[in-house]
Amino acid sequence: MAQQTATAESPSAASAPADEHPDMHHMAPTQELPIGHAAMPGMDHAMHEMSMPRAAAGMGDSVDEPMPAMPGMDMIDNRAWASLRVDELEAVHARGGDGQAWSVQGGYGGDLDKLWLRSEGSRRHGGIDDGQVELLWKHAVAPFQDSMLGLRQDIGKGAHRRWLAFGIEGLAPYGFEVEATVYAAASGRMAARLHVRQDWLLSQRWILQPDIELNLYGRDDARAHTGSGLTDTRAGLRLRYEIRREFAPYVGVAWTHRYGSAADYARQAGEPVMERQWLAGLMFWF
Amino acid sequence: MKTVCSSTVRPSNLSRRRFVQGLALGGACLGAGLWRPSPAWALPAAGQPDGTSQTDFALEVVDAPVNYTGAPRLATTVNGSVPGPVLRMRQGTTVTLRVANRLRVPTSIHWHGIVLPAEMDGVPGISFPGIAPGETFVYRFALRQSGTYWYHSHSGFQEQSGLYGALVIEPENPPRHHADRDYVVMLNDWSDESPEHIYARLKRQGDYYNRARPTVGDVLRDARHEGALAQRRMWSRMRMNPADLADVTAATYTYLMNGKTPAGNWAGLFRAGEKIRLRFINGAASTIFDVRIPGLKMTVVAADGQDVEPVSVDEFRIAVAETYDVIVEPDGERAYTVFAQSIDRGGFARGTLAPRPGMQAEVPAMDPPVLLSMGDMMGDMHAMHGMHHVGMTMAPMVHHADTERGPGVDMRVDTPRRNLDDPGVGLRDNGRRVLTYADLHSLDAPPDPREPGREIELHLTGNMERFMWSFDGVKFSDAPPIRFNTGERLRIVLVNDTMMNHPVHLHGMWSDLESPDGGFQVRKHTVNVQPAQRVSYAVSADAPGRWACHCHMLYHMQAGMMREVVVA
Repeated sequence: MAQQTATAESPSAASAPADEHPDMHHMAPTQELPIGHAAMPGMDHAMHEMSMPRAAAGMGDSVDEPMPAMPGMDMIDNRAWASLRVDELEAVHARGGDGQAWSVQGGYGGDLDKLWLRSEGSRRHGGIDDGQVELLWKHAVAPFQDSMLGLRQDIGKGAHRRWLAFGIEGLAPYGFEVEATVYAAASGRMAARLHVRQDWLLSQRWILQPDIELNLYGRDDARAHTGSGLTDTRAGLRLRYEIRREFAPYVGVAWTHRYGSAADYARQAGEPVMERQWLAGLMFWF
Repeated sequence: MKTVCSSTVRPSNLSRRRFVQGLALGGACLGAGLWRPSPAWALPAAGQPDGTSQTDFALEVVDAPVNYTGAPRLATTVNGSVPGPVLRMRQGTTVTLRVANRLRVPTSIHWHGIVLPAEMDGVPGISFPGIAPGETFVYRFALRQSGTYWYHSHSGFQEQSGLYGALVIEPENPPRHHADRDYVVMLNDWSDESPEHIYARLKRQGDYYNRARPTVGDVLRDARHEGALAQRRMWSRMRMNPADLADVTAATYTYLMNGKTPAGNWAGLFRAGEKIRLRFINGAASTIFDVRIPGLKMTVVAADGQDVEPVSVDEFRIAVAETYDVIVEPDGERAYTVFAQSIDRGGFARGTLAPRPGMQAEVPAMDPPVLLSMGDMMGDMHAMHGMHHVGMTMAPMVHHADTERGPGVDMRVDTPRRNLDDPGVGLRDNGRRVLTYADLHSLDAPPDPREPGREIELHLTGNMERFMWSFDGVKFSDAPPIRFNTGERLRIVLVNDTMMNHPVHLHGMWSDLESPDGGFQVRKHTVNVQPAQRVSYAVSADAPGRWACHCHMLYHMQAGMMREVVVA
């Protein structure tokens, strides 16, 4: 018995026009329909009555011709969506001074391809300390992973460098959400970032989220106050309460750590090398 | 107006209870005199003059105000009621249904399970262009079958927002089973949210409505049992949720029985000693129900409108779009609860059979939710481990299309289980006699005796994380039609490569479900395929034209789990 997949066409399935089957049983020739309004008391007589077999209506004469559906009636399996996800929008309290931090992403697209905007950073002393904005093409490459390709612009203090960005984002086994991105700037400067987080459901609404972010740079950068190798990490623990799935206030704590020459730059600037931060913020998406 | 019923379910807060239980008097608020009378659930019993000779129907698709939870909403209705009127017809007649669209958007009505010309099937974009606002479409077709069926919109999400109703075709010859009373019991899921909004949320977060995600506590509890922990680890490694039984749950749904909330308590009356035929129809958009009537045995006499060898059960699972006719014989002066809990045990629809109006029986507590088993993910575990037992049906490795190896498919089952005698997750070994497909044997409709000449295998595929659904990893919009040759007898093989149930409906032609050994089992219009299961059915391609074949979970269909079938 021939086995074939659904998408394979049967060689014997001729593209015969429907008209070749005049004996289509039980097909009610609607021309013969008694369109007697008297039979329908209370119906709007001004209403246009229509009942058309495809051939009579002059459309889709052949079964190979797609039937035009009305606007708004199409299947929506290829629709594009806009979305915005604010993972972190938080007030930061620390010895080195109070501030704010954000981590936001969102975009527009279908199941497989999206135009994606990603940004994170922090503010202290009334100005942006350190931040990035990325514009990316987010492309589904595996059931749980998307590739990210685009540009990163650094903002805030330091060098406003531009980078090419390429990365992978998705859900790893055991529920780890992973963002791994490598960056290349002019003159061969390289950088990489890894961000991993996991949700621990204490209940259906109380959720504890540990996360860690690591930044690596290829070479020392005095203007950006980054060193080479592992320059800084930020490990956090946030406890959120999902009032709704898409709206959750949280409190948390984070530890930042600078290493190597990045630590030296921090010391020179009078900034802490290690810092514990208390956080209060809001996670939301739509 | 806002009375809530006292039942054994004890949600912690009142507003939540009102939401799940609904309003006692909720439902379609009919504008006085504007619409035809509200649907009559009680059908005249067989043998009585029953007026089923009606052949002309005027139906209006119109928005109508409803209130099930305390929040007024507009439903999409037929003739102003939810569900629409019960359409009673007679086998052997030709019926004419004039459907006027009073909406601002196009609409359609599909006559589910009725064998008719393709142009009358009511699927926009496939059988006809749809019914534009202000226009009337005249459906006309001969009724060659009898039994319990239903109708619903095939446009957008109107099937979620109220556009559905029962269709009962009385047989030409006296019915096989005498019944003193005859009730339609239609089950539905209502949401105050717009279905478009539900769909958008699922696209952004596939488990949005799942309130049974595994918690740290669950893992710690399992840690005491080596096996349970290993299973938990396995699910976690696979990035799957074993509590993923329903996409859309009581987190947004209020379940309806004949348009009544659980608090509204639909009631059917009887006199002690009478035989009652209950025509169950699952008209929900996305909810599989498990139905029982504590204290009563139910004799299943028909499935999907087709008479079957009577089988006596305590409970049956009814997938979306299926129908089951059962006969019950209540005795005494007591009431019985008709209880239909959702597959994930998040909520229930409820009604009452009682000798007098106002009587009610205890409403049972819902069963505890059960997690999917390894077999629901892996299929035939014996085959997987190479442990073929003598006499067991071999489960050969299946072939997966290359298109299944993309981002839209999060699992593939290499050795699906083929047995039909599994009632499914949550019903196994629950101490009750539960119907399975293996119990169903058609009495009528001797199938086409020809052996199927070829096989078309379709894999049911999806990605819960992305809320993508497809056949063979290819969405409807990206797939060419499936071609049947006019007149041929062929076999459709469905392999479920997901962890969810998928009720698959082939329009226009019967699905003659086969037993694991290939014998004819039962004639259906909607075949539910359990997780990691393989089922097959034979089809006589005797209906030229263009047809739809799709999963009847509305959000799966809209996401692309659908095909056009061309018979030519």
